Amino acid sequence: MSASLTLNKITAQKGISIAEAANRVADLGWTPSYVQEAMTFPTDYKISKTPRDPMKQVLRSYFPMQEEKDNRVYGALDAALRGDMFRNVEPRWVEWMKLFLAIIPFPEISAARSMAMVGRLAPGEELRTGFTMQMVDEFRHSTIQMNLKKWYMENYIDPAGFDITEAAFGKCYATTIGRQFAEGFLTGDAVTAANVYLTVVAETAFTNTLFVAMPSEAARNGDYALPTVFLSVQSDESRHIGNGHSMLMAMINDPSNHQLLERDLKYAFWQNHAIVDAAIGTFIEYGTTNRDKNKESYAELWHRWIYEDYYRTYMLPLEKYGIKIHHDDVAAAWDRIVKKNYVHKTAQFFTVGWSVNFWRIEAQTEKDFEWFEHKYPGWYAEFGDFWKWHAKLSVPGETNILFNSDVGYSYPHRCWSCMVPCLIREDFVCDEVDGKLYTYCSEGCRWTHKVAFAAEYEGRATPAMGRFSGRREWEDCYHGWDVADAIKDLGFVRPDGKTLIAQPHLRFDEKDMWTLDHVRGHQLGSPLRGFRALSPIEREVAIADYRKGFKINPCH
Amino acid sequence: MSAQASRAAAKPAIVKSGAAGSAVFPGSDSRKYNYFEPKGRKATHYEDMTVDVQPDPERYLLQDWIISFPDGTPTYSKDWTAAKSSNWHKFRAVDQEWERTHYQRQSTICGMVQNTIENGRRSGAPARFDAAWVKILQNHLGAYKHAEFGLGTSTMQAQRYGYTQMVNNAILTNSSYKLRFAQDITLYLSEIGLDLPGFDIAAGKQHWLEDPIWQGVRKSIESIMGSNDYLEQYFATNVVFEPLVGELFRSGFLMQAASAQNDFITPAVVSAAEADYERNLANTVELFHILGEDPTHGGHNIALFNKWLVKHADLALDASNHLQPIWSQPRVKVATFADALAHAKNRIKGIASELGLKLPANLAS
Repeated sequence: MSASLTLNKITAQKGISIAEAANRVADLGWTPSYVQEAMTFPTDYKISKTPRDPMKQVLRSYFPMQEEKDNRVYGALDAALRGDMFRNVEPRWVEWMKLFLAIIPFPEISAARSMAMVGRLAPGEELRTGFTMQMVDEFRHSTIQMNLKKWYMENYIDPAGFDITEAAFGKCYATTIGRQFAEGFLTGDAVTAANVYLTVVAETAFTNTLFVAMPSEAARNGDYALPTVFLSVQSDESRHIGNGHSMLMAMINDPSNHQLLERDLKYAFWQNHAIVDAAIGTFIEYGTTNRDKNKESYAELWHRWIYEDYYRTYMLPLEKYGIKIHHDDVAAAWDRIVKKNYVHKTAQFFTVGWSVNFWRIEAQTEKDFEWFEHKYPGWYAEFGDFWKWHAKLSVPGETNILFNSDVGYSYPHRCWSCMVPCLIREDFVCDEVDGKLYTYCSEGCRWTHKVAFAAEYEGRATPAMGRFSGRREWEDCYHGWDVADAIKDLGFVRPDGKTLIAQPHLRFDEKDMWTLDHVRGHQLGSPLRGFRALSPIEREVAIADYRKGFKINPCH
Repeated sequence: MSAQASRAAAKPAIVKSGAAGSAVFPGSDSRKYNYFEPKGRKATHYEDMTVDVQPDPERYLLQDWIISFPDGTPTYSKDWTAAKSSNWHKFRAVDQEWERTHYQRQSTICGMVQNTIENGRRSGAPARFDAAWVKILQNHLGAYKHAEFGLGTSTMQAQRYGYTQMVNNAILTNSSYKLRFAQDITLYLSEIGLDLPGFDIAAGKQHWLEDPIWQGVRKSIESIMGSNDYLEQYFATNVVFEPLVGELFRSGFLMQAASAQNDFITPAVVSAAEADYERNLANTVELFHILGEDPTHGGHNIALFNKWLVKHADLALDASNHLQPIWSQPRVKVATFADALAHAKNRIKGIASELGLKLPANLAS
């Protein structure tokens, strides 16, 4: 047999090129002439240029490729069980997955729905296959994540919290920030939501911390399932980034879009930062038991993925098209992470509120302290005593840390925009919108609510832009409730009807577990109600006081 | 003592393992999603993957939708269809599709279609197709692919609007099937075109846009695409257009006539769409049956569906009648339009009867 003879050479036959196939598929569309196409979600942008398809893939090759990816994922899950993964997994890590995996399937399926919104906006059908693949991809992500969560529930030592997952998602004070993320993908101006917020910013920038950085940390904690699922998910993201960039390029040449693009890039970046960095930063830094000083901290990961990869190589080149980039916000976000301890304050907040969560949060230990101090000099002085308090107060019978005045923690206001509390006290701002007073974690979030989500932007009518709605301050939903009654109403109680799903430790003995009786006797309250009730002078004093912050008392 | 408890009793007090069963405590055996009512005795995997992922303020969405459209419409609204339901969460897709089963099925179809085309071309089959048949494939199958694409884009639009995850995902997979099939035909014709001198790949679109034979179908499809009610789109697609036009052309013509023209490839390619439709139809019938039987809104819904049926059946019937000349074009005639139409009418009669709908007079004959 000739050395150069291969089966492929024997069986090959003339076919059409990939580019030709993509062109012919794109020619399936036409402009209706009998009946006008249905109304779609409106946008204030003008898209006159046909977006180009950067991927040139057709569904015939897409579906088998995805099936193969699935086979690898599900095979790996089987292998993890056979290899007794859960025997060695770190419960500290898996507990945080109760929160993460409660949040993420809804944003994913929201992205699928949003493909309906962009699918009809652009002229031509070149990108239709890209949008179709993204729609099915997001359906994949949503259900593959529900499957992973079920798998944890079936195999991890403590399934409570996984078992109520979607109900918990709708009710918890921490998952609420994920809804801001998801609803932003599919509500309001169609381009703002489905193109800029979703594909240009969330998927291009922040999925790298979500789906690449976080799985690495999972593997360090003995969890091989999360990397298997999420790196497979991330492999779909390049397609979505391509869709986003292509739409962006179709709009960017029209200078009348620049003003809106600048608004949306700024809004989307700031809100993704506020939400994703709060959540993923906490999972990576506080959900891990691995304290290898050579590994990157979340701040270092952020610098790699968001600053270098997104800001420098994706955003900055947009300037040559005449887009004004919000450099100051990137610097401000970096400062919030590195200098203002945004992630650490978020983890602290989640921990203070452990009793109204649906997962366990154990205290950080001396080993953790050392790592944090190494990566974030000054950390111990600000947070060391807090974690010692958490360890001390983790025993049933102690006063719940949320209400324990010995600790010195002062419960924060909720940001009306990103819905993460106003944790960086010195940045706290408030403002009136439509005659009502609201609180914000930062100037960026104040601007988002008051300026970006409005009917007019810098003198230009923006009739398609969305509006903030709903009961955005979680605390208001339970204002005046006893915390035990609130927990019951939330459904965050184990099947015995009294033991809390959340626990401030990882001790799996019934005698160590908190019940409703252990937390009863303290009332929840809405900080915003109290703030609104103040006179203008009292309010100024309260703001100045809030901005001063608090000091955790020494824990002996 | 349960097996789990006895295992735990043998363990030391400090639990070193994160595996299920390594300790017993309240909730340690709560290993099922417990926040929804399964349709059957036990939740299916599809239900676990699907139910409640799209939240609802009437169930668990404590803080309500937190972003709205400028007119105050929330992220999801019941007002996006004229149909009403006392429980939008009741519906479960009959095909039980979630991502894995969807990719498995789509991938199997892609492999089947591609193998059939490759092997057919390798054996030189397209060159043996009857010349008149080649023109039919070029002009009419080439035109029909646009109808499939129109249904694909229409359902892609519709999957944004449903009030629950179950409704939207069923419409999403419908869209995925339609768009795949539109591409299947496009690539199939492109590939056999390589073996057929003079084959004009652009002719199909020209017929779709200009040939009087196809204008009824185009109008019918554009009417579905033009509906502002997502459930009307879903209803018109699967309850009306598919049996009266889609199946009529696919099964009533292409699949019956092809072999007599020396074409064994086209029926295999087209058969995938017939199997897709069976699943899409099952999902559709289940949804509209639930809505028609709704204890509070059943009467309203049935009246609405009857209205949609009349509107879209008029268009679809006109479309199918315009297609009649195609049945005369093959050199070897093995199927008659009259038989195919009678079969199509029977099919829609059966579907309408399942749903408790009144068949319009023009379909009853």
